[in-house]
Amino acid sequence: MPQATADLFASPCLQFKGSMVPLTTLELLYFDPEKFSQALQEKIRQAPNLFKNLPLVLSLDKFAEDINDLNFLQIRELCSAQNLQLIGVRATDPTQIAAAESAGLAVLQPSRGRQDNTEEPSQNLQKEPQQESQQEPQASPEAAPQVESPDKEVLDSAAPANGQTANRIIRTPIRSGQQVYAPGGDLIVMAPVSAGAEILADGNIHVYGPLRGRALAGVRGNTEAMVFCQSLEAELVSIAGQYKISEDLQGNHWKKPSLLKLEDDRLVIREL
Amino acid sequence: MSKIIVITSGKGGVGKTTTSASIATGLAKRGHKTVVIDFDVGLRNLDLIMNCERRVVYDFVNVINGEATLNQALIKDKHTDKLHILPASQTRDKEALTKEGVEKVLNELAETFEYIVCDSPAGIEHGALMALYYADEAIVVTNPEVSSVRDSDRILGILQSKSRRAEMGLDPVKEHLLLTRYSPERVIKGEMLSVQDVEEILAVPLLGVIPESQAVLTASNQGVPVIHDDLSDAGQAYQDAVARLLGEEREHRFLDIQKKGFFSRVFGGKA
Repeated sequence: MPQATADLFASPCLQFKGSMVPLTTLELLYFDPEKFSQALQEKIRQAPNLFKNLPLVLSLDKFAEDINDLNFLQIRELCSAQNLQLIGVRATDPTQIAAAESAGLAVLQPSRGRQDNTEEPSQNLQKEPQQESQQEPQASPEAAPQVESPDKEVLDSAAPANGQTANRIIRTPIRSGQQVYAPGGDLIVMAPVSAGAEILADGNIHVYGPLRGRALAGVRGNTEAMVFCQSLEAELVSIAGQYKISEDLQGNHWKKPSLLKLEDDRLVIREL
Repeated sequence: MSKIIVITSGKGGVGKTTTSASIATGLAKRGHKTVVIDFDVGLRNLDLIMNCERRVVYDFVNVINGEATLNQALIKDKHTDKLHILPASQTRDKEALTKEGVEKVLNELAETFEYIVCDSPAGIEHGALMALYYADEAIVVTNPEVSSVRDSDRILGILQSKSRRAEMGLDPVKEHLLLTRYSPERVIKGEMLSVQDVEEILAVPLLGVIPESQAVLTASNQGVPVIHDDLSDAGQAYQDAVARLLGEEREHRFLDIQKKGFFSRVFGGKA
């Protein structure tokens, strides 16, 4: 036996690794075997190569009928008749889980909506938020994210409705006690931010007005994030966990248009 | 179409009740049928300022609980023809104000009155939230000092997030800033924020500036809203504020020290 192979055999024969694999989700609204097959055929006809042996996960988030009547085996067979591989179901209900397992399907967590995005943003996570799978656009505006504030007072989301971007634009003053968070994007405020208010973004923060409250950019660890403001009067500015409080900010740039960013892991203030 | 105006501030002791009495009186004097409601359940004061405490039989909470009709509880003001007062209960607490109950009473009042002025309690708790919930417009009463300005800012945020208009996505509550107890002398000495400072911080249109005046205290103790005092600077300032509330353009007065006129007004007010 060659040496290299011997070394190889000395180590364990397998290892587990976490990885993100893009999967296509099949969203079922209601189930009718005939319509189901027809709809599949129709879709496949549009892009035969794309669908060939495509692994699928069944999502029942929007299923309108009684889920317990669903026959996963039948669905699986209908899929494989079209050369599609149904590999799993997103479910939480114990009966569904049992039914899925007995049909030989993997059970995955249902698509996480609102709660998923309400993670404590001030935590300094070092990684960018991970996408669950390619089919799920991150931070769609309606799932967007109201950060838990002390009294859950958050401005209406002004995020664009088309889901193209997670940037958030606020046009009204942000008052003391209010908290506004732009998950997965920039926060643009076209009004004053009062003392006692808190604004957060995964990306940059732009304030076209005086910034008197607390501004936290790159709250999920994006060290490239910056804070721009027309008048720096902030109580606190933080980028990816590095912060300066009002006392440290009251220098040459106080009450002037300023840009704050990280340089060599240090928060620096520049003239804008 | 009746209009609901809340007089609010967050902070206590800034002049909400004084303002409620004067604004409501002013609206009625200008010919608008007006009712002023005391939302400060448990700490009722409006009836004192309006000098009707001896005529209180039933109150706001009685009406909400169906123990009295609105007509039994409404008190007609002695000085002003078109003004009514709905007093608060002194023996209950703020929890007696339910959203449904308040709405029912406001709807009934809206059938007869053009303006419904709600005198909010201090704080940001239940009583204050009930007072502002149904408001169409808000007069935020602020003293020229930092803690009052901060609390006003807080209440402005609540108006735009927790009022009925905010919750239902209607046009936002219209905001007015009323600066009270203003003393130009102390501003010059640097002991007080200036009108410009406060306007800059709060970014809300200025409805009026009421100068610090002996006339306000006198009026409160006598139970005659200061707006009746045509000779006092505070009375005139409230009259201007009411005119602006009704859409008139009036220049702001009493912002600067006016040595000669100032003393004559003070003495005039006492006469």
